[in-house]
Amino acid sequence: MMAGQRPTTSAAPADTGRHAYLQNKVTRRRAIGPGLRTFLIFAVLVGLGALIFPSSYFYRVGTLVWINTLAVTGIVVLLGYVGLVSLGHAGFFAIGAYATAILPNYGVPSPLAMLSGVLLAGLLALVVGRPILKLSGYYLAIATLGLGMLIWMVLSKEAWLTGGPDGMTVSGMNARNLFKMVGLNLKSAEAWYWVAGFTAAIGAAIAVNLAGSPSGRSLRAIHDSDVAARSLGIDVARAKSRAFVISALYAAVAGGLLALANGYITPETGGFMHSVEMVTMAVLGGATSVFGALVGALILTALPQVLTVFADYEHMLLGGIMVVTMIAMRRGLVPFIADLWTRRKS
Amino acid sequence: MSELLQFLVSGITVGAIYAAIALGFTLIYNASGVVNFAQGEFVVIGGMTAAALIGAGVPVWIAAPLAVIAGMLVGVLLYRLAIRPAREAPLVSLIIITIGASIFLRGAMQAVFDKQIHRYDGFSGDAPLRVGGATILPQSLWIIGGSIAVFAFLAWFLNRTRAGRGIRATASNRMAAALVGINTGRAMNLSFALSAAIGALAGVLATPVTFTSYDVGVLMALKGFSATMLGGVGSPLGALAGGLLIGLIEAMTAGYISSDYKDASAFVVILLVLFLRPQGLFGARITERV
Amino acid sequence: MTRQAVAAGVSALALLTAAPALAEIKIGASLAVTGPAAFLGDPEAKTLEMLVEELNANGGINGEEVELILYDDGADPNKARTFATRLIEEDEVVAVIGGSSTGATMAMAPLFADYEIPFISLAGAVVIIDPVQEFVFKTPHTDRMACEKIFADITSRGMTKVGLISGTDGFGASMREQCLDVAPASGVEIVADESYGGSDSDMTPQLTNIAATEGIEAVVNPGFGQGPAVVTRNYAQLGIDLPFYQSHGVASDEFIKLAGDAANGLRLPATPLLIPDQLAEDDPQRQPVQDYIAAYEAAHGEKPSTFGGYAYDAFHLLVNAIERAGSTDPVEIRDALEATEGHAGVTGVYSFTPEDHMGLDLSAFRILEIKDGGWTPVEE
Repeated sequence: MMAGQRPTTSAAPADTGRHAYLQNKVTRRRAIGPGLRTFLIFAVLVGLGALIFPSSYFYRVGTLVWINTLAVTGIVVLLGYVGLVSLGHAGFFAIGAYATAILPNYGVPSPLAMLSGVLLAGLLALVVGRPILKLSGYYLAIATLGLGMLIWMVLSKEAWLTGGPDGMTVSGMNARNLFKMVGLNLKSAEAWYWVAGFTAAIGAAIAVNLAGSPSGRSLRAIHDSDVAARSLGIDVARAKSRAFVISALYAAVAGGLLALANGYITPETGGFMHSVEMVTMAVLGGATSVFGALVGALILTALPQVLTVFADYEHMLLGGIMVVTMIAMRRGLVPFIADLWTRRKS
Repeated sequence: MSELLQFLVSGITVGAIYAAIALGFTLIYNASGVVNFAQGEFVVIGGMTAAALIGAGVPVWIAAPLAVIAGMLVGVLLYRLAIRPAREAPLVSLIIITIGASIFLRGAMQAVFDKQIHRYDGFSGDAPLRVGGATILPQSLWIIGGSIAVFAFLAWFLNRTRAGRGIRATASNRMAAALVGINTGRAMNLSFALSAAIGALAGVLATPVTFTSYDVGVLMALKGFSATMLGGVGSPLGALAGGLLIGLIEAMTAGYISSDYKDASAFVVILLVLFLRPQGLFGARITERV
Repeated sequence: MTRQAVAAGVSALALLTAAPALAEIKIGASLAVTGPAAFLGDPEAKTLEMLVEELNANGGINGEEVELILYDDGADPNKARTFATRLIEEDEVVAVIGGSSTGATMAMAPLFADYEIPFISLAGAVVIIDPVQEFVFKTPHTDRMACEKIFADITSRGMTKVGLISGTDGFGASMREQCLDVAPASGVEIVADESYGGSDSDMTPQLTNIAATEGIEAVVNPGFGQGPAVVTRNYAQLGIDLPFYQSHGVASDEFIKLAGDAANGLRLPATPLLIPDQLAEDDPQRQPVQDYIAAYEAAHGEKPSTFGGYAYDAFHLLVNAIERAGSTDPVEIRDALEATEGHAGVTGVYSFTPEDHMGLDLSAFRILEIKDGGWTPVEE
């Protein structure tokens, strides 16, 4: 949102389009790069949370917000930058989570297990990406959905490895020990909050830098038109595949973090509803920027906690919010508010 | 041999349900270019309404049409309140809107009805019929007949009636359709009403065999969506064939390979078809406008 | 903006979590009131709410009122863990009941050791109490016991070759695994092993294969929800006349209603809750069973289910332990809970020990047969 406000001061009238504020942000050169600036903003928010949180419960919800932000940042790269809809990204998320859970049982240390899961997810995205990304629109949606379902099914059925539908315990690293090494004695909920927040900040910075890079610009060219991008000499298939892999990496890192922070995972982390949730977070906040990812993740993570009083009507409220936001604020909350801000200023 | 026959019977029964849902998808897609993820909820509305009415003592021949009408009303409301206001929205917004609508409807059904599993007796009793070495429930014949009837109706309606041609014209080019005097708004309303009615009818017919509860819609929608894509979006014949094929693939996998990966088989086939023939089995190749 | 949004979110959370504390003793619960396991969590939640009201009307525990703080985790382990944290940290409960599903239970369990709060799970799988965790208890029988009970009945009828058709949901998959595991020790051979998805609508292909298996003598269906009812109907449709067993996962009148005449003749292990009028006068469970049924029918106008019974027992075990502890210190409550001896509940008679945090033996399970749409105990 910060970033949303900045460029508006220099925005040309023609720049009220879909990526106006994003493009402006990267074309405007500042003393510090956009990636570093994003990182700092995120870091301040992480610290601010820690300042006002009264209990482990808030840290716990905060941790989930950052983990979701990280996963949704991957969706932003795919959907916001390139315009590709994936309804199966929870599959990559689950691969990261399950690798982190399974490999320590075979003697692999947790960080290495998580890294393996992330690489595995990236590799899978690379292999299946080529045929899948030839499709577009609803065909791409169903293909990614099918891929996600297959991953979910393998996780549910192969009980000898994954514990089956009841899930499995994640043994291994606790973030507390990381902080103990430097002499800080934190509760584990706090420790995971810092780890998740820091990772999300790095992830956001990388995504913002990507948007400003030449390959990021080619991604946005594809977003506007495949054909036009091709005629500019952009290797469309390659660029799409790269975005797909990057977004899978984000999901897998988030999955690994969730597995470690929770200590327990079930196949539902890879389920269809989780994929939908990730896309909804992105679209709700505004899929074109990492701040949209943060706002979307924050709202959809905190909302069920606020709505416990209306637990019986939670579905209706959630569904209603999804519909109304998409009708009233098609580009998501962050761009919507950024626009309001611009209009008020001018 | 009698085993193969039993697998076929099972596959066709289940496939006919998928086909009915896929036909509903097809009609809305044809009119609006929207793939309606809330299609599964129409099935549940049909089944739950019929179950509630029959449970309250209403005879089935009154309860069934009422349930279909209830579905139809919800379909029109869905269009007016959620789809029409977002008409020019990008694809991803429409996906989120229809998924949001399905979550909303699920919550509403849980509040209006309950969380129990429901069922009522088959229209022609529950005594199985023997065909060769296999058995089939009379209700399965209702389901298969219903799907074929819906297919025949759609094929006739879209090609032979003025209203149906209006829907097709609206789909291919809304502005041109409006220019030649087609009431595109009416065409859209009609397609959502009919599509919801088809979904609700599927629910009414299937509930004695499959049972129903407020939350089964998602899975129904996923299977129907898959069937639509397999057959080719927008083609009623494709929807029918896609539905039956998925049902048969599942039954054959369960029967001959492994029941563990029965559900997976359908998705594997869909991925293969999409890779090799993205327009589906019966779909026309769509050339994208630039 | 973002900062404000975070702050607004946080203060909204704070507002809603800081409910005024009227009661003296707070008991927490995280149940699957909605979602795929709602048929477990819904009667469990209704039972707990009813019991708290009843208890407070009768003067509470040692004169102190009890407040129930109940969250709906929708059987999602992620949510369950968050709610468990919230119950412990924000609501400051002295004990937690819940986890309708095994996944939710296992996600919450480590927290109770960290915070030293007693926890009574309502989920079935054996992993919850084996290995024993100091602060984790559970009230339902394990799926392993259900397998043993069924196999004992099968062998007592002179049969050994069994076919399994299991749901792929958590309950079915876990029980299938336990059945495969205990089969050799029970003198049973598993000759067919099929499965179906939780919301499948036709299982005739799997049953056709099972019926065609050479030498098969009986069929067992581990599963819950609508799947077993469909299997039962398909079983009758195909005219299979082998003895047929369901699990305790469908032990409710609802199942008979869904499966209809097809259910006649099948057997399943169940709690005495289903046969209140057929219990012997001197049966220790007769009183709690009849009390629970009467109270539940009065409060909700429908019969209680086996699953609500798990919550009934968990609540009474807990209240009983708090009374005996004479304290609201969680650790003392835990100690009193573990010292529970011969507590007659609706599910069985509980005796916890440091090695056994479920406290039931096989005698609490009764094999029932469905006859003319009703439950009949099978003489052993």
